[in-house]
Amino acid sequence: MDEVRLIEIKEDILSDNKDLAAKIREQLKNSHTYLLNLMASPGAGKTSLIMKTIEQLRGHYRIGVIEADIDSMVDAEKVAAMGVKAVQLRTGGFCHLDAAMVSTGLAAFDLNAFDLIIIENVGNLVCPAEFDTGAIHNAMILSVPEGDDKPLKYPLMFSVSNVLVVNKIDYMGLSDFNMAVLKERVKRINPAMAIFEVSSKTGEGIKAWADWLDTQVSAFLK
Amino acid sequence: MHELPVIQSILDVVLNHAQMNQVSKVHSIALAIGELSDLQDEWLQRYFDYISEGTLAEGARLVIERTPVVLKCASCAKEIPMKAGEMKDIVCPECGNKELTLISGREYFIKSMEAQ
Repeated sequence: MDEVRLIEIKEDILSDNKDLAAKIREQLKNSHTYLLNLMASPGAGKTSLIMKTIEQLRGHYRIGVIEADIDSMVDAEKVAAMGVKAVQLRTGGFCHLDAAMVSTGLAAFDLNAFDLIIIENVGNLVCPAEFDTGAIHNAMILSVPEGDDKPLKYPLMFSVSNVLVVNKIDYMGLSDFNMAVLKERVKRINPAMAIFEVSSKTGEGIKAWADWLDTQVSAFLK
Repeated sequence: MHELPVIQSILDVVLNHAQMNQVSKVHSIALAIGELSDLQDEWLQRYFDYISEGTLAEGARLVIERTPVVLKCASCAKEIPMKAGEMKDIVCPECGNKELTLISGREYFIKSMEAQ
């Protein structure tokens, strides 16, 4: 019988996903398509924000949406009703999207005919943070009713996202949410993070957010 | 949650190296997982036992080391190690700056395996 020996491996478990994500970014560069990965907990307002963003930017860009849901098509139908191409990925119980699933979603688009594609990731602040989707930027929503302590509880999500949209600011008076405390907590994990305060319901702040995204997309498409 | 895809990836990498090294049985696998990962050791082992059935790695023990969360000060570049649960209201002990970036604590790394 052979002796037991120690075999060095030194491999990152998520390296396949990282490689595929890099390939997706290469593909997007060639087709001139900006991909945004939008993450948030369930009910934070991902679909509403996407719809408001489409209203703001549909005059400038050809927009598509990839909707991820564990097992429904409700969100994709809402977006499609606006006349925007929406592809539904049923994750079949998976709690996040990975690069392979996003690649499948992108295959449903003629990428040369789209400038901006928004991924609505699965509603969850934990798992989506661990998987690179191949997007150019990661955005996250935190809604006021969820509380200003979320950067303490989900630091990874706050550290991998480039931009934070604080939604439902129309609830500010009804909650003990402290915006200054939130911002300070965010800066301690991710000093470069851009922060926008919006209400998808009243429309407040939506333009500033859409302008930021507009700037990112046009810089990428140049 | 996402234990299964992560565990499947570990098994794929291990079986790949088992084949390259022509081993007949894997006894243990040494992993380094960031403390920010929410995957618990006990569940990782249970899932691994489940999906490794019938492979060369069946029955292998996962030896998991947690790599610490390390933040880096954006101002003076000091590296600040800390516990995942203590990431509350941190300031750089060196210069008092509050802008810190996460540089370690989210990895899934397979270090080595013992096999024969």
